[in-house]
Amino acid sequence: MTDTQSKSITGKAMGRIFVFAFIVMAFTGFGQMPIFKRYYIADIPGMGWAAKFYLTHYIHYVGAIFLLAFLTYAILDYFLIKRRYSKLTSSACIRILLLAGIVITGIFRVLKNLPDVVFSPGFTMFVDISHLAFMLLYLLTALLFRIIHSGWLKDI
Amino acid sequence: MAKSISRRTFLKGGIAALGAAGVSSVPLPSSAMEADRHELATLIDIRKCIGCEECVYACQETNGHKFPKPEKPFPRMYPGRVKVSDWSGKQDETGRLTPYNWLFIQEATVEDKGEEKTFTFPRRCMHCQNPPCADLCPWGAARKLKNGITRIHPDICLGGSKCKDVCPWDIPQRQTGVGLYLDILPAFAGNGVMFKCDRCYDLIGLGKLPACIEVCPEQVQTIGPRDKIIKEAHRIKEEIDGYIYGETENGGTNTIYVSPVPFDKLNRAIQKGPGIPHLDPVEDSMAHADNLAKAMLIAPFAGLFAALGKVWSFTKKDSRQERRS
Repeated sequence: MTDTQSKSITGKAMGRIFVFAFIVMAFTGFGQMPIFKRYYIADIPGMGWAAKFYLTHYIHYVGAIFLLAFLTYAILDYFLIKRRYSKLTSSACIRILLLAGIVITGIFRVLKNLPDVVFSPGFTMFVDISHLAFMLLYLLTALLFRIIHSGWLKDI
Repeated sequence: MAKSISRRTFLKGGIAALGAAGVSSVPLPSSAMEADRHELATLIDIRKCIGCEECVYACQETNGHKFPKPEKPFPRMYPGRVKVSDWSGKQDETGRLTPYNWLFIQEATVEDKGEEKTFTFPRRCMHCQNPPCADLCPWGAARKLKNGITRIHPDICLGGSKCKDVCPWDIPQRQTGVGLYLDILPAFAGNGVMFKCDRCYDLIGLGKLPACIEVCPEQVQTIGPRDKIIKEAHRIKEEIDGYIYGETENGGTNTIYVSPVPFDKLNRAIQKGPGIPHLDPVEDSMAHADNLAKAMLIAPFAGLFAALGKVWSFTKKDSRQERRS
């Protein structure tokens, strides 16, 4: 987390938890593709679970539960408290847009997996691919903003 | 449609077959016409199957244009552990599921009421109501259609075989050397296309019957709205004091078997292995995920209460500071 972010958006400890949760989500999300077994990642001692699709799927869902709670907290925290003395940076706005993309497509992905919910094949594919695309873009932008030390909030 | 099927049935199967269709409470010809409005299921009455394999050959003939036409030589794939799966030289195989054989006849000889009996019955994709292959496909290549068909789109599938790994019956079968992966990174990602029964989605779309159902001289299979099929399965079950498989397996499937002998008995008697599915009881593969999905509804409230707690302590701190100053 950047200095600016650690000062305000959710606090240093919460920021670290968010990053950890996001890494878990990214890893288990990529694990939905059959690549960990092919590329020996599941052969690393202690990593055999990474090739178990149902398990990585459950972990991804648990991560989603955590992130939904966390994001609700962060949004309310900003609007009810932090907005009094700080505002969002441009890089935060970009990250928020990408996060919204991840969350919205993720919600549709979860809905699709429920029994009795059937989306059209085209929409299903759009949701699948855009969820991955938003995640990749978020990871790239997060890396970029970390390099240029652009945080989430700036003082008013 | 109704007239056409009745005529064909009459011509092919004669009076006996026509009579069987007549006594059935499942409306055979009109059933396919309801494809747009209902989840369709098939009922397989294993008492009727004579193992003639007409359905197997009809499936191959009707769906032959969908079968893979691999380009050879196959691109070299990395790392070396990635194995080529090539069935193009074994297209005549009918004893198991392959990319060129989406339906096969399984045989079980069991003792029933002191008598040894041999049963044969068609096996293919169960077309689950909540199919894990479609739910967990990372590309949306495997998809469930509103009419209850689970289909793998051959132009989108990359052949990663995840659908087979998550399928309780290991149904989809891979053919290397075909599909989209050849145009992306054939050496490093993908390995062909997964193939399985699509329950003749194209014929269903035209209001026709799937090939295996239409050709069967014994009318082993019937198709119709799932609720009617289930009702009919239970009627037969009661009538013969029999057993049902597929109604609750994996949370419910759209392929319902009815048998006069218990399925665990049949399961012990059948050959099982790659491309030869079992008849085990199957728990709902997506049940845990569905429960976690429900927990997602509560998650924002947890965040809300945490934030309100923070606002409360923040306000208290603020008023304390005000009092001090």
